Amino acid sequence: MIGRTLHPGTATGEPIRLTAPLSFWGGVDEHGRIVDAHHPQCGAILTNRILLMESGRGSSSTSSVLAEQIRARTAPAAIILSRPDPIIPLGALVAAELYNLHLPVVVAPYDDLPLDGWLQVAAISTQAVITWSRFTP
Amino acid sequence: MLGGRDGDGVALAMRVIVGQARISDAPRLVEITSAHVDSCLYHGQVSLDFAHRLVELGAKVRVPTTLNVGSMDLIHPTLVRDPELATAGRELMAAYVELGCTPTFTCAPYQLPNRPGFGEHIAWAESNAIVFANSVLGARTDRYGDFLDVCAAITGRAPYSGLQTTGARRGTVVFDCRPLGDFMRSEIAYPLLGHHIGAVVGAEIPVLVGIPEEVTEDELKALGAAAASAGGVALFHVVGVTPEAPREFADLPVRRVDVDVLRRVRRDLSTFAGGELDAVSVGTPHASYAECVRLAELVADGPPMKVPFYLSTGRATRERLAGVLTTLEAAGVIVVVDTCTYVTAILSPDWKHVMTNSGKWAHYAPGNLNVSAVLGSLPECVASARAGRVILDS
Repeated sequence: MIGRTLHPGTATGEPIRLTAPLSFWGGVDEHGRIVDAHHPQCGAILTNRILLMESGRGSSSTSSVLAEQIRARTAPAAIILSRPDPIIPLGALVAAELYNLHLPVVVAPYDDLPLDGWLQVAAISTQAVITWSRFTP
Repeated sequence: MLGGRDGDGVALAMRVIVGQARISDAPRLVEITSAHVDSCLYHGQVSLDFAHRLVELGAKVRVPTTLNVGSMDLIHPTLVRDPELATAGRELMAAYVELGCTPTFTCAPYQLPNRPGFGEHIAWAESNAIVFANSVLGARTDRYGDFLDVCAAITGRAPYSGLQTTGARRGTVVFDCRPLGDFMRSEIAYPLLGHHIGAVVGAEIPVLVGIPEEVTEDELKALGAAAASAGGVALFHVVGVTPEAPREFADLPVRRVDVDVLRRVRRDLSTFAGGELDAVSVGTPHASYAECVRLAELVADGPPMKVPFYLSTGRATRERLAGVLTTLEAAGVIVVVDTCTYVTAILSPDWKHVMTNSGKWAHYAPGNLNVSAVLGSLPECVASARAGRVILDS
């Protein structure tokens, strides 16, 4: 699957698809766990997963929270959005500038992706390629 | 600037601005006349690393830049109970002052002198400040957040997209508030209406009909803050009141608001029903001079307060208070500046039941502080603090 790159990078991981929007600020703790009590997937761990979500929601402090998780190595491995969102790639950009850590953020119609197995995201500035495999690559 | 002509700090800031412009499909950048920076609130080591990197690279803001609340009350430092957070918060606030920002440390920069005028392009962060600047002042800012706000201040530029552009500022949905009648003359109506609108419309642009023409800036502040926290409202129009409100809106969908709707909102926003109270917190967003005076009048005479009563305001407002401050403190009001009770460790972790007059505080505090909140008017907050339990008029 081909997507649009909002922030470049490469990553491999197991996908987790959110069923409702999530604000990282107040919604995810420093260990990468969803703590928003109103979220249907409260308790799920996002660390090192390929996070599939519609778009960011709520506080603009999300950029800080995501950048802090990238620094602390508790962030998702990659984030695939269905709509462009400026706040999430901003967190990724700042982490890249400060720590040389690259979390790919892409926009893609992820409904067609299988949720079992593994996803690989390879995002360069011109395009993002998402591939699936049944087993650990 | 991208090439480093103005230094490496400016180049870094410009990479952030250009990157954001690409993502939001902005055709160009726009020069701004002021910035309001929220990045001075501590969110972890990355907050300090980013500010320090900018300082090391020699960056300075090139437009007048105010600062939002930090994690620390620099005038009453003992109020913050977490020493590590206090140290990091203080260090971060100092770094932003070193970048050339003015140490205002308020979430209500529109209460300061020299606020932006109609049609000015600005780059403001902090959702309540954004919605006030767009709606009440008619200045133009999109929703900017951490990192982007200070990069706009350093480059003097923002992406020309979103609410910077005329086409994106038109109302999209009408809220007919006329059925509310005299209820709109009560102060509690504004946070309730704001919360309702935010929860219903998400990020659309509401047009309000039936708001009394004599509505105050403080009431519009309360409405906007609640709408921006319950949803993503960054601009609203009030027909007959705000500068860009439409005269014709017959083609827009209409939602009717009556007193029953706002009663339900009040129940939803209050996460406990009543009974014993642990504390009261007012002044979110920061109390204006007029609101501080009104509180002083309410607490000047009468029985002492049985529970701690916090008032958050800006340091500039506090300096103007003079005798009003004496009255407040003599009555036991704990004045908080530079920060706010729901973003740092001021309330005791043992307190579970807190009353507020703010829709925004009631929305965020339960998640941030693990407390239950109940919403009341300012007189109800004072009466409840004196009784040590929730006293509501209606």
